[in-house]
Amino acid sequence: MKILVPVKRVVDSNIKPLVKSDNSGVEVGGVKMSMNPFDETAVEEAVRLKEQKIASEVVVISIGEPKCQDTLRTAMAMGADRGILVTSDDALESLSVAKILQYFVTKEQPDVVLMGKQASDDDMNATGQILAAKLGWAQGTFVSKLELSDGKAQITREIDDGQEILELTLPAVITTDLRLNEPRFASLPNIMKAKKKQIETVALADLGVDTAVRLQVKSVAESSSVREGIIVGSVEELMDKLQNEAKVI
Amino acid sequence: MAVLVLLSYEKGDQIRKISRSAITAAGKLGTEVHALLVGDHLDGLSQKASQLQGIQKLLVAEHADYAHMQAEPVADLIVSLADSYEFIVAPANAEGKDILPRLAGLLDVQPISDVVEIIDASTFVRPIYAGSILATVTSKDAKKLLSVRGTTFEAVAETGGNATIEKIENLPASDKQLSVFKELKLSQSDRPELESARVVISGGRGMQSGENFVLLEKIADQLDAAIGASRAAVDAGFVPNDYQVGQTGKIVAPELYVAVALSGAIQHLAGMKDSKIVVAINKDPEAPIFKVSDYGIIGDLFEILPQLEAALKAR
Repeated sequence: MKILVPVKRVVDSNIKPLVKSDNSGVEVGGVKMSMNPFDETAVEEAVRLKEQKIASEVVVISIGEPKCQDTLRTAMAMGADRGILVTSDDALESLSVAKILQYFVTKEQPDVVLMGKQASDDDMNATGQILAAKLGWAQGTFVSKLELSDGKAQITREIDDGQEILELTLPAVITTDLRLNEPRFASLPNIMKAKKKQIETVALADLGVDTAVRLQVKSVAESSSVREGIIVGSVEELMDKLQNEAKVI
Repeated sequence: MAVLVLLSYEKGDQIRKISRSAITAAGKLGTEVHALLVGDHLDGLSQKASQLQGIQKLLVAEHADYAHMQAEPVADLIVSLADSYEFIVAPANAEGKDILPRLAGLLDVQPISDVVEIIDASTFVRPIYAGSILATVTSKDAKKLLSVRGTTFEAVAETGGNATIEKIENLPASDKQLSVFKELKLSQSDRPELESARVVISGGRGMQSGENFVLLEKIADQLDAAIGASRAAVDAGFVPNDYQVGQTGKIVAPELYVAVALSGAIQHLAGMKDSKIVVAINKDPEAPIFKVSDYGIIGDLFEILPQLEAALKAR
């Protein structure tokens, strides 16, 4: 069974992103970049499936500036077999990414596309579902447990009031919840080994995929959550504030 | 042109509050708002839904294939209705986030997730980077697909409306093999739903164990509050994951949010920062949660929570 894992390079999720002075976007120059945490979960799961001999090959793909190569190397150091880098200078929205992935699914013929449920930068939570629709495949979103066998995927999904178990016919697109697993750290020997693994580089312009922007970002602004709060000295004082000042209890 | 709103409901026959917020958002996009109710055995729900304010027509699609609202058949169904609508709106909850982007893929549209403000018919505001930044976006798509945050749009009233009910007769065939429902595991709780509770009390990793959440429950009893948790508390196994508030969990905006032993990572703030009043209880004076709280108490939760419970009882 072949698994394709799309990975995205994003501003490290522990860093507070800064808005550019002209409000045109988020400052990414000189900022620490990392693999989207949801994609790390997807890579980890694919590698575990390979270790269990359920998957035969794990291919990772990333789309963006040449630096996305680092993200692919990280995935390969975790255990992915080879990488595909689609170079593009433009910021791409989920619809375009799904179309590019569709191109490579047709080419690579994986049994499963395993990917993060959302990217921690645009928080769109859409690419996997769009891809499944384009392919006419089943989708398993927000998956916290996955079992693959005999052309089927048994998935546990995180839903509003609990969990739901579904059985999907493969091939399918599966998007991962952070609960699915705890991603491993790549060891130094594995990082060295990953340098020898193959990355196929393709320019987006050569694919003939329509990536025209449909949803334009006009401006961005800080959303301040800071409150001019006070520290109270006792529960009595807190009760007084909540009852008489805030009037919420 | 008209707006179609996908309704989401609890299995206990209750239209979710977030759907009522989605109707309010839809009313800002067009004058004619139709709601779509999808599922199996919908007689009771249809009656309830037809009384929702703000909708002129209720479309009902009833079939066993829709019993569990799987994205594959539901998206196919909405495609068959899409010609009549310029806007399709879904709640930004687990169902809406599953179904709407699939529909977008079928219609070749870029969906707009988690809309918190509608500026005009093609300009919307949505949070990015765990809600620390707000992006204003313009859609060039002829048909616009939005999922809507429940916390920033007032919910329409449950009664007082009088929509005409139209049963959809020509349902598209669905591929039953793609996704087969097996089991539903609902978390049992008598408390108010997290996303619509007036008061939410949440615990973090500092609660130390699941048993200690009893201390939060006692306070929740006094305030008719829902109980939430940080991802750290969920990952530590203290409480089920549907308690999680934050970027990857539920988004809440209650009148009062009490954060106990919870540091306040940006991924958590993403889910609660629009609360009216935030109270933080933490023994670490440097905890970031104090920067986003209105009232803070520095101290040990095992001393403060019983005192707070006693004070609430004595009110």
